[in-house]
Amino acid sequence: MTGEKSPTAVSRRTFIKGVIAGGAAVASANYLFRASTLLGQTPVAAVSERLIAITVNGQQRRVDVMKQETLAWTLRYKLGLTGTKLGCDRAECGSCTVLVDDVPHYSCSMLTHTVRNKKILTVEGLAAADGTLHPVQQGIIDEQGFQCAFCMSGFIMSAVGFLKANPNPTRAELAHGVSGNLCRCQDYDKILTSLMRGAENMRRGTSV
Amino acid sequence: MAVIRDVMPAFELVQPTSAAEAQKILEQNGSDALILAGGMDSFDWLKDRIKRPKIVVDLSGIDELKGVRTVADGIEIGAMTTLTEIVNNETIKQKYGLLAQAAELVASPQIRNQGTIGGNVSQDARCWYYRAGWPCYRAGGNICYADDPDGRNREHAILLADRCVAVNPSDSAPALIALDAKVVMRTPKGERVVDAEDYFIGPEIDITRLHILQPGDLLTAIRIPATWANTKFYFEKIRDRNVWDFPLLNIASAMVVSGGTIERIRIAVNAVAARPLRLKAVEDAVRGKAPNAETGVMAGKLAVRWAVPLQFNGYKIPLMRNLVKRAIGGVEEAVWAA
Ligand SMILES: Cc1cc2nc3c(=O)[nH]c(=O)nc-3n(C[C@@H](O)[C@@H](O)[C@H](O)COP(=O)(O)OP(=O)(O)OC[C@H]3O[C@@H](n4cnc5c(N)ncnc54)[C@H](O)[C@@H]3O)c2cc1C
Ligand code: SF4
Ligand code: FES
Ligand code: FES
Repeated sequence: MTGEKSPTAVSRRTFIKGVIAGGAAVASANYLFRASTLLGQTPVAAVSERLIAITVNGQQRRVDVMKQETLAWTLRYKLGLTGTKLGCDRAECGSCTVLVDDVPHYSCSMLTHTVRNKKILTVEGLAAADGTLHPVQQGIIDEQGFQCAFCMSGFIMSAVGFLKANPNPTRAELAHGVSGNLCRCQDYDKILTSLMRGAENMRRGTSV
Repeated sequence: MAVIRDVMPAFELVQPTSAAEAQKILEQNGSDALILAGGMDSFDWLKDRIKRPKIVVDLSGIDELKGVRTVADGIEIGAMTTLTEIVNNETIKQKYGLLAQAAELVASPQIRNQGTIGGNVSQDARCWYYRAGWPCYRAGGNICYADDPDGRNREHAILLADRCVAVNPSDSAPALIALDAKVVMRTPKGERVVDAEDYFIGPEIDITRLHILQPGDLLTAIRIPATWANTKFYFEKIRDRNVWDFPLLNIASAMVVSGGTIERIRIAVNAVAARPLRLKAVEDAVRGKAPNAETGVMAGKLAVRWAVPLQFNGYKIPLMRNLVKRAIGGVEEAVWAA
């Protein structure tokens, strides 16, 4: 562990000392929901840590995050990024997939506080600043890959993450790459065709 | 199916940056604390409000627990190394491919990207009565809902059951046992190292947990000795769907053949009992024999000798017999009648 000596790390350490000294942890439900206790408590890390900055789609976003809050919750209900869907909230469907430092993760199954120092990419962050779609998005439009499309943003993020590491997959390899995503409309064949088109678009360095 | 509720109930979150600090916090907070690695097992418990820890100790900021290191006699894998890192690690792929195979068959890509090896071996039972919060033996009560005339027990145990018939669901566990891995822990009394097969326990020792970790203990690493590197490996996992599903049964073996006979072998299965089972009797019986179908058939029969089926899991007996046979005698090509 080198560098990471940000102000949060300092307050975190102070807080840990507090926890060790106190034996048990403070009862968090109180400070979360009742202003009076909030004032009365030795606040240390608790309050200062709730207001954090996370990097989403290239922007630093300051946001008030509960300790027990999942990334999907923060994205959708705090930052208004509702392109990330919640299907199961149980790591069983993939519709909440986002990239964390370029790697696909289920945002329903990670705490926002654990990704403070990482780069988050959601489906909203894929298109270029001038509105040009990401090659994978364009591939989907070209091939009309989805039916209801509830699962779509999750599939796109899985595919984009997979293609960054494996730019030239066979259809079977790509299928394996996005196997952590379910489609309730059972549109897999067309989804794969459009993602393969997206991969081709990416290799050509073009979105059309 | 799981119900989506509101956010999880509140807990305090601490993010130590060293193993020593983490262990200290765990020791101070005892059973009020829950360790969070990738959380792929833990979040269900929290979301369903069945486990209500006061304090969650997030290990994701502890770099010393991450990564694969080469040590004098083999390798050491930090507890926080993800399953994807294990699948892609060159040394593991080349020398300890059995573990890479097992890790690659866990759940889904996103779960492997986040789930850790420490969490994989320490995960709790998947019996749905227990996961749904029913007050069964494993939850500290005095009844088993699965081992009941109406119980749903297709995924449950065929061996060594004692009141509870839940199984250990880990895919990496049998591979680690076959490779003779050691589990390294940091406990209030100092470092403790045990053989992987002794890390797991059945209900006769403690019906409420699947492993020996006590509150205050931290699993820091898994060591794999070079003894079984590059031997002949076999791993097979049987599951309902090819993604996400836990093993109905899995098997891992490492074998050294010389002069046409089995010189040494380690073989383990999981999802048949509350702990992954090393098949010691099978190892002893096949040593010195040719690794062929005949030896495999004999070994398979021996492996299931004491198996007792429940109402809906009888299929696990021929399944286990056949997987043992394949691990030892090789896989025959299926022959289709014209
Ligand atoms: C949909 C789904 C499908 C799955 N399918 C499979 C499968 O097919 N095969 C399989 O093997 N698993 C499967 N899993 C289980 C999955 O949880 C594990 O594979 C994963 O590796 C757990 O690791 P984790 O880091 O996420 O654990 P966590 O959830 O963080 O931890 C699991 C348990 O171990 C404890 N723990 C974790 N790390 C340590 C440590 N260093 N020291 C002490 N205690 C620790 C935690 O307190 C907790 O009790 C599945 C899970 C889900 C949600
Ligand atoms: S099998 Fe074990 S975990 Fe499941 S209901 Fe019975 S006692 Fe509980
Ligand atoms: S909502 Fe996250 S995997 Fe289903
Ligand atoms: S298109 Fe409807 S869920 Fe996939």
